Amino acid sequence: MSHTFSPEVVAEIQERARLGRSEVRGWGARRAVPGFDDLLILTAGLSPAPLEGRREPCDTRTVLGTRHAEEPVVLDIPITIAGMSFGALSAGAKEALGLAATMTGTSTTTGDGGMTPEERDAAKTLVYQCLPSRYGFDPDHLRAADAVEIVLGQGASPGCGGVLLGQKITTHVAYMRDLPEGVDQRAASRHPDWSGPEGLRVKIEELREATSWRIPVYVKMGAARVASDVRHAVEAGADVVVVDGMQGGTGAAHNVFIEHTGIPTLAAVRLAADTLRALGVQDEVQLVVSGGVRGGADVAKALALGADAVSVGVGALIALGCNSASDDTGADVSLGYRALGTMPGSCTACHTGGCPVGIATQDDMLADRLDPDFGAERVANYLRSLAMETTMLARACGKASVHDLDPGDLVALTVEAAAMARVPLAGTTWIPGVTG
Amino acid sequence: MTSLPHPPDRRAGRRDDAPMAEVWLDAAAMTTREINGSLRALPSGRAVVTNPAGRHNLAVGLDAPLRVEIDGPAGHYPGGLGKRASVTVNGAAGFGVGENLMSGTVRVRGSAGQSAAASARGGTVVVEGGCASRAGISLKGATLVIGGDAGPLCGFLAQSGVILVGGDTGPHLGDSLYEAVVYVAGTIAGLGTDAVTEELNEHDVTYVKILADGYGFDHIRPEDVTKVVSARRLYHFDLHDNGAY
Repeated sequence: MSHTFSPEVVAEIQERARLGRSEVRGWGARRAVPGFDDLLILTAGLSPAPLEGRREPCDTRTVLGTRHAEEPVVLDIPITIAGMSFGALSAGAKEALGLAATMTGTSTTTGDGGMTPEERDAAKTLVYQCLPSRYGFDPDHLRAADAVEIVLGQGASPGCGGVLLGQKITTHVAYMRDLPEGVDQRAASRHPDWSGPEGLRVKIEELREATSWRIPVYVKMGAARVASDVRHAVEAGADVVVVDGMQGGTGAAHNVFIEHTGIPTLAAVRLAADTLRALGVQDEVQLVVSGGVRGGADVAKALALGADAVSVGVGALIALGCNSASDDTGADVSLGYRALGTMPGSCTACHTGGCPVGIATQDDMLADRLDPDFGAERVANYLRSLAMETTMLARACGKASVHDLDPGDLVALTVEAAAMARVPLAGTTWIPGVTG
Repeated sequence: MTSLPHPPDRRAGRRDDAPMAEVWLDAAAMTTREINGSLRALPSGRAVVTNPAGRHNLAVGLDAPLRVEIDGPAGHYPGGLGKRASVTVNGAAGFGVGENLMSGTVRVRGSAGQSAAASARGGTVVVEGGCASRAGISLKGATLVIGGDAGPLCGFLAQSGVILVGGDTGPHLGDSLYEAVVYVAGTIAGLGTDAVTEELNEHDVTYVKILADGYGFDHIRPEDVTKVVSARRLYHFDLHDNGAY
C-alpha cells in the first residue's frame, strides 16, 4: 500500500473526478495535530496543596469586554457557544443553543445570516457577528445584542469565506441574506467597507457609536498570523480577541482549507496570550479561544495558557444530537446517514443540508426531528459538565478560581507541544526555544 | 429576467416639509460620541454639524426622521448604519458613506472614498462627485446614485438594489453581481466576471429618469445609459469556472 497514495487519498481523488470540484464538507480538521491532549496538568501536592475537589468554592465567573464597553458581558462560566449561522443550522438548533446558554449563564453567538427572533428570545446573552458578507446585518439587531463580534476569519478556513450550498438557501434563508434562492453562496473573505488595521479601528468606532459605547466589541480571527493580528486588533481598540484554531469547525468549507491552513489551537492560544502580555493589556483585553475544545481538561489547559474563556461549536452540536443514531422522537435515523454516504459517529456532511437529526438542515421535515427543549437540556448538561471538570482540575491545582490557572500548571508530552505551548517537556525543565 | 428596481426612498426629509427646530453642533468643540449622542436624542427636526474637518463616524446609527447637515468634509462612514434620517455632507467624504444604510438618504455634495453604500440594504446614497473603488460593493437592496465617475470594481458582489453612475466607470464593473442592476451614463472601462450588458426597457428608462431628475443630474440621458446585470453563470460551483470566481 502506498503511503503517498493511501486508500483515503485514492478515494479523495476519485471524489474530485466525480464531482468536478474540490471537496466541501463540515466540521474541522481531521488530521492529527498537536493539541490539548499533548499537555498534562500538574496538580498540587505538598505545596501548594489542592483544594477540596467538589466542596471548596472555585470561581468560574467570567467578565468579557471590560476595556471600553459600558456593559461588559458577565458570564457564570468561562465556556461560551461559538458563532454558527441560521442557515447552516436549523432554527430549532439555534433556539436550543440559545436556551442552553441561558440555562448555564453563558453566551451564544449568531453567525452569518443575521439574528433570528427565536434566538434573541432564547438567549439571555447573545453575541452578534459582523462578518465580511454582512448577510442580514441590521443596526436594530446590533443594538439588541449584548456584544458584537467582528469576524476577520474562522479557524476552519482562515483567509477564505465559508460557503453555504444551494440546498440550504431556502426561501427563508435567501430572504434573510438578500440572495437568490438556491444559489451556492460563497461568503466574502474581506469586509466590504474597510481594510487594514486603520480601517478596523474606524469600523470599531462606528459600531461603538451606533451602540452608544454600551456593548463590547470582539474581534475574531482564524488562527494563522496570530501575533500580528492580535496586536492590530488590540491597537484598533478591540475589547475582546477571539482566536479560532485550525481544529475549529464549520458548516461548510473547502477541505483543502480545513486541513491545510492555519495553526493548531494549542499554538494559537499561547501566541495570543503572549502578545497581549507583551502589549501590557492582558488585564484589559480578554482572550477567547476556540477550535477543538471538547472537555473540561481542554478548558482548563486553555485557561492555563492565558485564555479568559473558550468557545465550543462542534462539541455543543454533538451534545445537541449531532452524529446520534436516533432523533428526539426516538426513531432510528441510521438510514439517513447512509443516504449521505456516512454513519453516526463520523458524519461531517453538514454541507449537504440532509442532517438526519435535524440540526444542520433547512428541510422542515428533518428539522422537526430536533426538539429544541430536549436539545437545550442536553447542551446545558454538556456545558455544566465542562464547567465542573474545569473547576475540579483548578481545585486540584490549588486554585480558588479557574482564572488563576497558569502555564506553570502544565507540562507537555511531546517536544512539539512543549515548543508550541511554551511549557516544559514532562519530567524536564526544557522548553524548546525558550530554555535552549 | 432581472427584477425591476425599487423606487428611491423618500421617507425622510421631503422638500416640502414644514420648517422645524434647528440644532447646531460644533465638531471643533465636541467629541464624535457627543455629537452622535446629541443627534440620537432628537426625535425629528434639523441639525447642522459645523467644523467636521474630516471627522469619522458622524451621524452613524440614526433612527429618526432627522435632517442632518454635515457642513464640510466628513471622514469615513458618514450616515452609516442609519434608518429614516436624511444626512447631507457639504463636502467630500471618506470610505463607507452610508454603509449598511437601512432607509433614509445619505447625500455627499462632493466625492467619496472607497466602498460607498457598502452592503446598504435600503434607502438612497447619493454622491454628487465621483466615487473611489468598490462603490456599491455587496449592495443589498439600496439605491446608489453617483453623479461623477466610479472607480474599479463598482458593484462588486452587489446582491440587490440599483446603482446609477452618471460618469464613467473603471475596470471590473459589476464583478460577481447577483441580482443588483447597474446603469452607466458614460463609458465602461471593462466588465467584471459574470457581468453582462442587457438591453434597456421602458421601465429602466423611466426609473433612471426618476433618479436623475430627483437628484438634479441633468447630464444623464436616461435613454442612453448602459444597463449591466449578472449573467448568472457563477451561481453554482463548477470547476470549469476556476479563476472566474
